[in-house]
Amino acid sequence: MVGIVVVSHSQKLAEGVVEVSRMMASNARIVAAGGLDDGSTGTSFAKISRAIDAVYSEDGVAVLMDMGSAVMTTEMVIESMEDRRIRMFDCPLVEGAVVAALEAVMGSPLEVIEAKASEARLTKKIME
Amino acid sequence: MMTLDSKKMIKIFNNIASKVEEEKAFLTELDTAIGDGDHGINLARGFHAVAEKLSQMEEDDDTGSVLKTVGMQLVSTVGGASGPLYGTAFMKAGAVSKGKRELDAVGFLAAFEAAVDGVKMRGKAVPGEKTMLDALCPACDALKISIAGGDDLKTAVWKAVEAAEKGVAFTKTIIATKGRASYLGERSLGHQDPGATSSLLMLRVIAESL
Ligand SMILES: Nc1ncnc2c1ncn2[C@@H]1O[C@H](COP(=O)(O)OP(=O)(O)OP(=O)(O)O)[C@@H](O)[C@H]1O
Ligand SMILES: [Mg+2]
Repeated sequence: MVGIVVVSHSQKLAEGVVEVSRMMASNARIVAAGGLDDGSTGTSFAKISRAIDAVYSEDGVAVLMDMGSAVMTTEMVIESMEDRRIRMFDCPLVEGAVVAALEAVMGSPLEVIEAKASEARLTKKIME
Repeated sequence: MMTLDSKKMIKIFNNIASKVEEEKAFLTELDTAIGDGDHGINLARGFHAVAEKLSQMEEDDDTGSVLKTVGMQLVSTVGGASGPLYGTAFMKAGAVSKGKRELDAVGFLAAFEAAVDGVKMRGKAVPGEKTMLDALCPACDALKISIAGGDDLKTAVWKAVEAAEKGVAFTKTIIATKGRASYLGERSLGHQDPGATSSLLMLRVIAESL
């Protein structure tokens, strides 16, 4: 099963996204990498690395990020892990994580999950 | 001829760490106006870790490995955008300086250019977006011209400092299109960029320490 890592400046937000994603996919391999080690806001290279290691398998890992340094730090973590299947998803954090978790437990491959999570960017919440 | 060996380089990083600590409140104040108010705190944490790491490092003649260590330490400890940005900068500078026991003016320029390219690559930014690049790019151009004209390293770095000062002033006049400040749109006008300011501080420490 593809693993999922949620990277945010806030530990609470990352954990919340994981919580919401598990509502329909309780068995998903999804973990939070939020905030700094001391609990303050920011992005931590070590936390992101540990989270990826925790859910990594040959099926690969999807990483979803909030913004700014969350993206840049994730990029550097991935560069430090050569020859691994890790993709950064460009999608809304909550909706993308919900979709990704569902697809992952259904056994979809990383590429399919990425395409589905990216679609979440276009889905309207309020119809005219 | 003036050169920069790893001993002198470590001293410069210690001086940068002291300077950043001194200017922590100022940098944070700038970041409170157009960001999330942590730039000084982030960099002070990062350079404190850098100074500590360098003090534990076994004697190493390779300037490249000193720079690489600094970069990796910043990526691991800063916690904000300036972590991956300055981290990439010093790691790239380290990569082009690998195996060099000392940097002469040309070697310093090569390292500086690699650093600036690293920031551009990591931040997907160009000058004019109200970021550290508005200090670093003009500084790099000034360094290049000065060195090509035959100036020694110290003179060239002072010229880079002057260019970076102008760059910092310029950031007050433009709207941010990258980083947190970009969410403020026009309200970012009139404020100088914290990252451009910290780049200027570092350059000034290098010029003073050489
Ligand atoms: N994409 C970018 N390219 C170049 N420089 C950038 C970019 N984003 C931010 N910066 C620089 O980083 C400085 C802010 O650094 P700081 O350490 O406060 O990060 P931050 O914005 O709080 O990080 P985060 O993304 O975690 O919120 C800005 O003043 C700007 O100079
Ligand atoms: Mg900040």
